[in-house]
Amino acid sequence: MAVDTDKNSYTIIFAVAMVLVVGSLLAFTASSLAPNIDENKRMEKQQNILYAMGVNANEGDGDITFVSTDKVAEAFKTNISEQLVIEVKDGEIVKTMTRQEFMDANGGKEPYLIDVKKQQARYKNGESRFLPLFVGQQEGKKVYVAPIRGKGLWDAIWGYVALDEDMVVRGTFFDHAGETPGLGANIKQRYFMDDFYGERLLTEAGVFKGITVAKGNNDPKNETKDDYEVDALAGATITGDGVSAMIKSDLKLYLPYFKTLN
Amino acid sequence: MGLLSKKDAKLITDPLADNNPITIQVLGICSALAITAELKASIVMSFAVLFVLGVGNVVISLMRNIIPSKIRIIVQLIVVASLVIIVDQVLKAFAYELSKTLSVFVGLIITNCIIMGRFEAFALGNGPWKSFLDGIGNALGYAVILIIVGFFRELLGSGTLLGIPVLGDPIEKTGVYSIGYENNGFMLMPPMALIIVGLIIWVQRSRNKDLIED
Repeated sequence: MAVDTDKNSYTIIFAVAMVLVVGSLLAFTASSLAPNIDENKRMEKQQNILYAMGVNANEGDGDITFVSTDKVAEAFKTNISEQLVIEVKDGEIVKTMTRQEFMDANGGKEPYLIDVKKQQARYKNGESRFLPLFVGQQEGKKVYVAPIRGKGLWDAIWGYVALDEDMVVRGTFFDHAGETPGLGANIKQRYFMDDFYGERLLTEAGVFKGITVAKGNNDPKNETKDDYEVDALAGATITGDGVSAMIKSDLKLYLPYFKTLN
Repeated sequence: MGLLSKKDAKLITDPLADNNPITIQVLGICSALAITAELKASIVMSFAVLFVLGVGNVVISLMRNIIPSKIRIIVQLIVVASLVIIVDQVLKAFAYELSKTLSVFVGLIITNCIIMGRFEAFALGNGPWKSFLDGIGNALGYAVILIIVGFFRELLGSGTLLGIPVLGDPIEKTGVYSIGYENNGFMLMPPMALIIVGLIIWVQRSRNKDLIED
């Protein structure tokens, strides 16, 4: 070819052109797909919340199947009887809002779309934090689903925990952005999530203790439900510690509200 | 006459055995260690690399005469990264579940040295069709090793294959666990992938003495 590809001017022109082409290609892809992606993420949040409180399409033992995407909006409406947003500051409730009150005050934002990460940062800076809570029914009793978020080994981990009025776990859902497949990624497995069912967060005296993902607690089948421990995953110590930490730090903030229930 | 000429067919079959990217060229070891604790992850990764290497090789091969040699590595990196990101975005929009499975691998695909290795060693000097075959061949060679390693690590480490228990229940002590067998938790650790790859290299070289270098 006639062009001298070793010339500096050619190199610079090529680099600029390549950046422009690739940049606009990526920008175009991202912005044209954004509505679809947002919609998928929104439905996923609803599916996760419903899953935590026991509304799912599971078949058989190890299966994790959400309510299908075409039914999830409907299921969310019928199964969640009440959505609350609790505003807390320095461990005290500032006020408790219903969904409507929260939406009116925040430009129509749905409580389930509250960004937990941003709220955690606000709380850390001494500001107030909005805690969403989704109320539904399980076997005739009220359950309250709360979102939690923390750090795993490589990236963020998060989840939803369903609690009854005494802060006993009635279901969980965990997910992660990039934990190691086969090790930390197993927090998303049924056997890990199901272990939490029936575990208590509070001591008899009503003090918040949390649940620890513990190694060698001599209870691999997790039959003892009042030891505040679940069996850890082999080879996933840091992810497990992250799960313990996010349960402790995020759910603790809900304690003042649960105290008002009894 | 086959579909491919003899020379073209060699581009596919060579990397499967005698010029395998992992066991002979010793490329792509990092992802082979990281994600082979489960068979399913190995298979997903294999397909992802198959796609990226096949398409990427063609793109680089088409551009080979206009890429300035001084910045060719960066250009290659940009091609891989944009390909992977576009695929990831499309999956997020239309196959959300699949994209969640793939999320961990996106970063690993970009940094997979087999991809850069093939761009640099083959696609820059050969036509698109040959480059495509070379990409597919190397990705398959990578896939074979990944799946072998994933198979043994999941079977011996967790007693399952693709998440399905095949050796009985380790807690209830059924199946082989009833006679005292235990899962080897060490198989789930990355070093064991290296040991399995080492065993494969051993077997391969003892069968084909030409591969032994002194």
